[in-house]
Amino acid sequence: MDTSRNKYAMRLLWSLLAALLLGSVARAQTPNSCLDCHSALDPPYKVTGEQFSQDIHAQKGLTCASCHGGDPSKDDQDAMSKQAGFRGKIARKDVPALCGRCHSDGAYMRQYNPSLRTDQFAQYLTSVHGKLRAKGDEKVAVCTDCHGVHDLRPANDTRSKVHPLNIAQTCARCHADAVYMKGYSIPTDQFAGYSASVHHEALTVRGDLSAPTCTTCHGNHGAAPPGVSTVQNVCSTCHVFQAQLFESSPHKAAFESASLPGCVTCHSNHRIAHPTDAMLGTGAQSICTNCHTEGDAGYQAATQIAQQLDRLDTSVKGANEILDRAESAGMEVSDAQLEQDQARDSLTKSRVAIHSANPARVQQDVDAGLQIATKTHQEGASALKERDYRRKGLAWSLLAIVAVVIGLRLYVRQIERRPS
Amino acid sequence: MENTAVPEVGPTRRRVVELFLGSSMFASLVSFVYPLLRYLVPPPVADLGGDEVIAAKVGDLKLNAAKIFRFGNRPGLLLRIGEGEYRAFSATCTHLSCTVQYRTDLHEIWCACHNGMYDLNGRNVSGPPPRPLEKYQVHVRGEDLVVSRKREA
Amino acid sequence: MFASVRKWLDARFDWAALTAPLRKKTVPVHKLSHWYFLGGITLFLFGIQVCTGILLLLYYRPSSNEAFESVQYIMTRVQFGWLVRSIHSWAANLMIFTAFCHMFSVLFLRAYRKPRELTWVSGMILLFLAMGFGFSGYLLPWNTLAFFATKVGTDIAGQVPLIGKPLMIFLRGGEEVTGATLTRFFGFHVAVLPGITTLLILVHLALIQRLGMSVPPGVEAQRTAQPELSREMHFFPNFLLRELMAWYIALGVLGALAALSPWGLGTKADPFASAPAGIRPEWYFMFMFQTLKLIPAKIWRLDGEVIGILLFGAAGAIWTLLPFLERNGKGRSQRWILGAGIFALAYMASMTVYGYLAK
Repeated sequence: MDTSRNKYAMRLLWSLLAALLLGSVARAQTPNSCLDCHSALDPPYKVTGEQFSQDIHAQKGLTCASCHGGDPSKDDQDAMSKQAGFRGKIARKDVPALCGRCHSDGAYMRQYNPSLRTDQFAQYLTSVHGKLRAKGDEKVAVCTDCHGVHDLRPANDTRSKVHPLNIAQTCARCHADAVYMKGYSIPTDQFAGYSASVHHEALTVRGDLSAPTCTTCHGNHGAAPPGVSTVQNVCSTCHVFQAQLFESSPHKAAFESASLPGCVTCHSNHRIAHPTDAMLGTGAQSICTNCHTEGDAGYQAATQIAQQLDRLDTSVKGANEILDRAESAGMEVSDAQLEQDQARDSLTKSRVAIHSANPARVQQDVDAGLQIATKTHQEGASALKERDYRRKGLAWSLLAIVAVVIGLRLYVRQIERRPS
Repeated sequence: MENTAVPEVGPTRRRVVELFLGSSMFASLVSFVYPLLRYLVPPPVADLGGDEVIAAKVGDLKLNAAKIFRFGNRPGLLLRIGEGEYRAFSATCTHLSCTVQYRTDLHEIWCACHNGMYDLNGRNVSGPPPRPLEKYQVHVRGEDLVVSRKREA
Repeated sequence: MFASVRKWLDARFDWAALTAPLRKKTVPVHKLSHWYFLGGITLFLFGIQVCTGILLLLYYRPSSNEAFESVQYIMTRVQFGWLVRSIHSWAANLMIFTAFCHMFSVLFLRAYRKPRELTWVSGMILLFLAMGFGFSGYLLPWNTLAFFATKVGTDIAGQVPLIGKPLMIFLRGGEEVTGATLTRFFGFHVAVLPGITTLLILVHLALIQRLGMSVPPGVEAQRTAQPELSREMHFFPNFLLRELMAWYIALGVLGALAALSPWGLGTKADPFASAPAGIRPEWYFMFMFQTLKLIPAKIWRLDGEVIGILLFGAAGAIWTLLPFLERNGKGRSQRWILGAGIFALAYMASMTVYGYLAK
């Protein structure tokens, strides 16, 4: 104990000496005695100038004292005295209010970023995090847990913890930690589920930064689960058609009476996989059969819809296959390929139309697609016929060439037999 | 030359060989010349465009109307939004590659697959599309509406 | 009918005297005679290139906006355009292949020696010109692979000390590979190179006509020992008819390749796209490309690539001047050249194979 304190004192002394030597130059510009010591201290006291210079607050001209108080122009304990208004380490429970001092002040924030919202603190108070904190829970997230501290970057910086690509990781630091989340009655597999979801893929693999991450559905400062009755409102902000069709489908009333959570009933919440046609119908992976049993009207409709999609899918794939074959044989099928896009469109549309749970509605899109696919298939077939025609032409001319070679051979032998 | 006396082949056999060689040479020449002559016939369509295509004629499009045209191997969308004001975009939705269309009622570009919306600058304004539509340039050249890709090089 | 035409020509131009050397010309017959056909096949393929090249010119448009589309147009809309373009591409590759075979056969049969030194030199220049044809023609469809291969190729030319940078700018028509490069390469491919090549081919043929066919030294010794066994064949019609057979076979192979495996087009070049994986030059540049890839970046304070380029340049120059390096009748220098030939062949073959497998 004693030795460690001595070590601490020695280190402080050395760093002070070093700071005096090196700092004398820097101090001439902006006196900041905080960094003189804190850049040399061990964590958690360590804050380097390089680190803090990355912070958006530092870039806007704020200093250590803006949050921590004190007087950076003085040295050592004078800087960290009560008289200088030093607040020391900000307690977790005080962080939101401290940030809110500026961030909830519209007039103040306007000098820096007029378009930045100033309701974060108000929203925070409505979030699950904020409510639990009000009850005295110290474990819940406060501003710095998500945004970081001392090297806090704006959300559009890819290194920011709240950049769309990093949000899920940031939430997962607590929410995927079973030990930390012990005592809260919620699961900890959301991140694992989300990481396997189509949304995560869209965000990270396809690089679509507008694809949903945690905060898209739960909100950011007012983070809370969407709730059973409103989940489809959340999904429908992007998936408009599916929601409209669902609204007009028999499922709407049935789900409500069974208090099933709309979209999530079939697609799950975090682990939203890329939907497949196998989810329809009555096969092994069918979701319809979770509720519908053989003999009821829904079972019949499910069978019918699955068959419709299957028919169009097979037809489109068949046309694709024959066109690809023709193309790789060097045939021109780009017109047909262009048309084939329309058939694929129809398939995509039919897959949306299934949310009506109405075979007649699905049939409209399927019919349109089938018509195109039949036509492109024919075009592919005639391209292959043209290829065979070319091969036949080649065979004939090769035959002529072989005949000439044989003829020449015979002729040469003949003229060489003749005595000169 | 070979000096060993070989009996001279009969004149009939000689005729047969010569006839065979002659006719097969003729046949092979036909098989070369036929494709050649066909090649020389200019095809009905003069070219495939390239970075430029005649999308429509002036007067083809009514005010507040649109047309899908072929641009290379992909569809394009030509809009007439003002008296002489034309705009052209790639007609391939940036979400799942469906072909978009112009909604005369909404004055927006719309994808029927997932209700994606783009404004008249091609910007994705609602629904799932992640990116704006590629914008093309439109020039009026005589009676033709010429659409071209922006080029820097 | 032929007889009357000949008589008509004879009466005016003394046709018989004009063609007398051709009729008098003989070709030695021995167990290695087959190698004599290679040059003729290469010449035939060059003729095919000229014919199909002229046909392609009917529809091709040499600008970066339209080049790709015009080739696509030839391949898809013009009747038998696919055939003409595929034959042009395949024959180009076959021509380079047969030209290389011809060069090595001449080397190993020692046909380059006195008095045929200049025939060899003109042949070597023709081989370089053929590779120039290949390099310039590769870019003309303006597809991604060709675009980047040209970028890399001209970059390598730019590494040559002193003249490299101006050479690269001359080839590219600017700092970068652009539409200007395409215009230049088109000019080289259809005007400059064909002109020079045709002239040199005439020189090459005139030299062969003047000097007659070379007989390999081993065979020559046999023939002097047993003159009664040495046989000759009339060039016209005996040898020419045989050559014609070879040409027909080459034509059949070409037609089959073109129809069964049409030359692909790839995707249109985008100068602003990043380079795709697996850029490779045409196969006949592969051994050089692969060597330059393997050379370490720095060899004793010197740039490895520059050393590689200089070595290849020196090797090409030495190869061209090979006949002058062989001292008359000296066994050692003969064996040295034979060894170098075998080494070069083995090196090129293994590097090419390695280049294709290393991807």
